[in-house]
Amino acid sequence: MTFQDIYAKLDRRRTIKNRIALSILVLASIIAILPLLFILYYVVARGLGGLNLAFFTELPKPVGEPGGGLGNAVLGTLVLVAMASIAGVPIGITTGIYLSEFRTSRASNLVRASVELLAGVPSIILGMFAYALIVVPMRGFSALAGSAALAIILIPTVAKTTEEVLKLVPDHIREAGLGLGLPRWKVITRIVVYGSRSGIFTGVMLGVARISGETAPLLFTALNSQYWAQGLLSPISSLPVQIYTYAISPFDDWTQMAWTGSMILVFFVLFASLLMRAILRGKKV
Amino acid sequence: MPSPPINAGDRLFRRLALALSSIVVIILVMIGIFLVKMSWPALEAYGINFISSTAWDPVRSHYGAAPFIYGTLVSSFLALSIAVPLSIAVALFLTELAPARVAAVIGFMVEMLAAIPSVVYGLWGIFFLAPLLRTYVQPFLSKYFGWSFLFQGAPYGIGMMAASLILAIMVTPTITAICREVFRAVPDIQREAALGLGATKWEMIRLAVIKSSWSGVFGASILGLGRALGETMAVTMLIGNRNEISTSLFAPGQTMASIIANEYAEAGSGIHIAALGYVGLVLFLVSFIVNGIARRVVRRLQKSGAGK
Repeated sequence: MTFQDIYAKLDRRRTIKNRIALSILVLASIIAILPLLFILYYVVARGLGGLNLAFFTELPKPVGEPGGGLGNAVLGTLVLVAMASIAGVPIGITTGIYLSEFRTSRASNLVRASVELLAGVPSIILGMFAYALIVVPMRGFSALAGSAALAIILIPTVAKTTEEVLKLVPDHIREAGLGLGLPRWKVITRIVVYGSRSGIFTGVMLGVARISGETAPLLFTALNSQYWAQGLLSPISSLPVQIYTYAISPFDDWTQMAWTGSMILVFFVLFASLLMRAILRGKKV
Repeated sequence: MPSPPINAGDRLFRRLALALSSIVVIILVMIGIFLVKMSWPALEAYGINFISSTAWDPVRSHYGAAPFIYGTLVSSFLALSIAVPLSIAVALFLTELAPARVAAVIGFMVEMLAAIPSVVYGLWGIFFLAPLLRTYVQPFLSKYFGWSFLFQGAPYGIGMMAASLILAIMVTPTITAICREVFRAVPDIQREAALGLGATKWEMIRLAVIKSSWSGVFGASILGLGRALGETMAVTMLIGNRNEISTSLFAPGQTMASIIANEYAEAGSGIHIAALGYVGLVLFLVSFIVNGIARRVVRRLQKSGAGK
């Protein structure tokens, strides 16, 4: 065999290996997105049938009786998320501002570590914390406890995205503001934060979308309820918890509503993400 | 940009920002304290043996967390062993192979996987994945590989296999996103050097991209592990909820998160709640440590400029 023949043989083997390896990469990507396509298909195929006005306006009926809806669950989720945002968004944004604008202070390392570690705490542990903090002293489950748990999930999420968005603002903008004689706090709030408001809003929206799907922390804080919200100090229904309850039940009309509820949740999150992309693409920070 | 506060407005703002930011620190510390306080009766009664004891009997008041620790570790390990290779492959596809438009679309879809709520994964798992496993996959495995300890027992569908698969799907976006960053950070010069020496595309990827990214991939995996440890709902719905240790992948099991999700709302006696609190404390500590390690690895990565 000549030199050429040997190299030709090796080349053929390398070429084949190359083809196979690259095909595996493509195959892996297809496998990775298949679950998403399946879930979207199933959620729509099974959930669309139950989507009607009654779903949003009626209370659940006893098993066996036709009709009924999960209006209380949808309302409950809105209430819980709104309450969690009232506490969580200001704290989260301020923490993000502190991490970005006062990065060199001694406390900022501790704060950043806490934000990241808190973000990693399993949400059910946060539920236990809210239980110990609010449910036990109050001697009862409540929407307040549920939204407290959700707020604790929201804060690190919003803080991280706010910090990232603010870090993108170049220093010369801050220096220009200071050079014009503005006090630092005005530079931060009126220029840096105000200029990044679309990015911050996006981060908040993503956080809100995320907590509206959380179930575990609500299981023993807000618990669940079969009725419309009865005030912030009593148990309240929520879409994720109802989906969970219905999903593991043996009744068909309940599982049907679980699918419809899932469809609503999934499309809400999808919509929020697409909206975020549109906003960020429109405004290059 | 450092600058000492020179007027009242600045000082007030900084103090206010610090005050609100310290809420996060306080919450984290309080969680630890409350967990210890809640589980104190169980800590006193069982001590460290709680972790190795397998008895979990609320009726007879015997508690041991070994089945749940086992379940958490095995499901997470299995999930990672599927998700890490898959995520690396997807990340490589997105950074090296795919044209920009395709990468944007596929990348978005992978991120969407992360946005789907855990309950929806659980619901889909119950009605699609578990029946699929029960009807096709598990009987097949049982027929040809049933001699192995891994595939013993009846094919329920629900069980360790289903839970691990769904976990793998759920952590893939996290690992993929970080791997993408890591691979993107490899300077093009490395790639061009390999190609210039006559490497095929795959050889170039192997030599220039993968070889220099191991620590980044490791960091991504640890972060994925952190996410897997904390996953509750989908796992609870698919793991079968049996408080026993079993080596078979078909067998139902229980994780630390799922036992809490199942029993906490109705836990009767004080010692039951304390035992569940103890499980929560262990889970909290484990995820704390794992996330701490992940932070350290990612931080070291960013300092050295991503890669080696």
